[in-house]
Amino acid sequence: MGKTLFDKIWDSHVVSEISDGPSILYIDRQFIHEVTSPQAFSGLENRGRKVFRPDQITATADHNIPTENQHLPIKEQLSALQVEKLKDNSTRHGITYYGLGDVYNGIVHVVGPELGYTQPGMTIVCGDSHTSTHGAFGSVAFGVGTSEVEMVFASQCVLQPKPKKMRIIINGELGKGVTSKDLILYVLSQLTASGATGYFIEFAGSAIRNMTMEARMTVCNMSIELGARGGMIAPDQTTFEYVKGRKYAPQGADFDAAVEKWKELYSDDDAVFDKEYTFESADITPMVTYGTNPGLGMKIADSIPSVSSIEPSSQETFKKALKYMNFEENQQLLGKEIDWVFIGSCTNGRIEDFRLVASILKGRTKAPHINTYVVPGSYLVAQQIKEEGIDKILEEAGVELREPGCSSCLAMNDDKVPPGKYCVATSNRNFEGRQGPGSRTILASPLTAAAAIITGKITDPREFL
Amino acid sequence: MPIEKINTIVSRAVPIPIEEIDTDQIIPARFLKATDKIGFGDNLFRDWRYDNNNQPIPSFPLNDAKYTGSILVGGKNFGCGSSREHAAWAIADYGFRVVVSSFFADIFKNNVLNNGVLPVQISESFLSEIFREIEHNNEAEFKLDLPNQTFTIISSGKSESFDINPYKKDCLLNGFDDIDYLINKLPEIEEFEKTRK
Ligand code: SF4
Repeated sequence: MGKTLFDKIWDSHVVSEISDGPSILYIDRQFIHEVTSPQAFSGLENRGRKVFRPDQITATADHNIPTENQHLPIKEQLSALQVEKLKDNSTRHGITYYGLGDVYNGIVHVVGPELGYTQPGMTIVCGDSHTSTHGAFGSVAFGVGTSEVEMVFASQCVLQPKPKKMRIIINGELGKGVTSKDLILYVLSQLTASGATGYFIEFAGSAIRNMTMEARMTVCNMSIELGARGGMIAPDQTTFEYVKGRKYAPQGADFDAAVEKWKELYSDDDAVFDKEYTFESADITPMVTYGTNPGLGMKIADSIPSVSSIEPSSQETFKKALKYMNFEENQQLLGKEIDWVFIGSCTNGRIEDFRLVASILKGRTKAPHINTYVVPGSYLVAQQIKEEGIDKILEEAGVELREPGCSSCLAMNDDKVPPGKYCVATSNRNFEGRQGPGSRTILASPLTAAAAIITGKITDPREFL
Repeated sequence: MPIEKINTIVSRAVPIPIEEIDTDQIIPARFLKATDKIGFGDNLFRDWRYDNNNQPIPSFPLNDAKYTGSILVGGKNFGCGSSREHAAWAIADYGFRVVVSSFFADIFKNNVLNNGVLPVQISESFLSEIFREIEHNNEAEFKLDLPNQTFTIISSGKSESFDINPYKKDCLLNGFDDIDYLINKLPEIEEFEKTRK
């Protein structure tokens, strides 16, 4: 029987298996950030141990940092302490650290790929669920808890049971104004936020093949919102070209040799998946969420479903979500006035996302009542925004560009949406209070977010294209 | 470093009959600034437990004196969302040893197991029965039997078995810790690295 892409990578990283138990899985690269690593460092040190393979670990400060005045010391004491700890711990253990102001600093899942750390065939973990982003390169990448971060510090391995395998095929070509974010929000609306729990997903089909690497990263990023352990895409020419020449990618003859190996990373024709779904691009339009988990989404022109159409056991949860959002069943959201727009995060904070935003903002101005957080995913993205003149377009539209970080995606810093206010966000989670206590998040693509900046309402971005 | 052992537990239970409880609700992001593992229990379910003026919301089960015990019962897809282990620390620090639901998110399941808290996954119908039992009699007691992998409503004797990986079961019964296990395997891991060069 043939092997899936996932099997090929997983099996080649198993050091040994515990009978009736998890595998000892070797990890090629671990990324760490300030929020989920301090307790792992102290745990390790309490055992009297050093980090086993510091060269295979990379640290960046991103979750808990301000997105203004990054050249100044962090004002908030606890945040400053957490970032300081990351720096100290990394330095003490010989781990490369990208701190605030460093040209390579940024959100961990933006930095990894852009520096060429992320490569096909690797196993990658980070104490962050959106580690699934790196699966876009044909790697097995998944989020772990702090105990597992410590396991990797101690042994460069984690103990993991092998998940089941799912394939999601999307045929056809996405229409004008429909992005990879809409694609994954559509899949979520069909399969729900727990539709892939226990599985590792491979995305396939012509819609995926036609995507750029950045678009693929958006899809894999949100695979975790389906409950999946991770998502991945077989590497191809698009992947190899993206990786080529990046700082930590193999160079010259080494790169050519690597590509030869990477070309073997695909699911064999006779490989068997535990579950398979197929969707058609033609069914996908710009999407918005209306509830408090990413699975509660709909086509932008649709109406919120009626309570009676929801499975009886889930009706209470559905009603609770609508109550929190202050929406009604059967309500249309097109034209609904909103208050804030957040553009950024590891889902949609890359240069292509800002190009999409600029394509709509160019020559137009922000609706007066709209507040924005527009935040590049990394310093390199910020630099490119300037090089391409996108900063000018934003400025002329009356939109302020902030400094890189996770920002309002999880609002650990000051970038909060006030209670009761609606925010159209390009991030990945619309949980209660995610963008600040009482905030109401509507997830959408960068195009839909940009259209909302102009009109101040939920707007089909195709009107502007 | 050993984790706290679990064998059998007889206790009352605290019900939170809500589905899709994500880790942002279990411990909101603004409480993730700490650099140690202690004290997270105070902020467990913070925004459901306290209002904007930091006053306890009396109707929330954790604030309702009639509910107590070391067993937490939650709706389907418990622990979805962020991988923050702080959620597991908050649950453990508050004093829960067992979380019961009809479905758990993967990362959350690993995280609680690594902190000596047992996730017990049971059928949807048994979960409804447990909620009904607590509603009917908030002093109802439940029995967790890890060696036999069963969870029982004591009054009715109704019982269901649950799955747990044999290795993880062994860890919980004996208080073993994954990290010590891996440290003992370092020679084997170094051999493995040589084969990949
Ligand atoms: S941008 Fe949001 S989802 Fe991504 S790593 Fe930061 S907090 Fe997590």
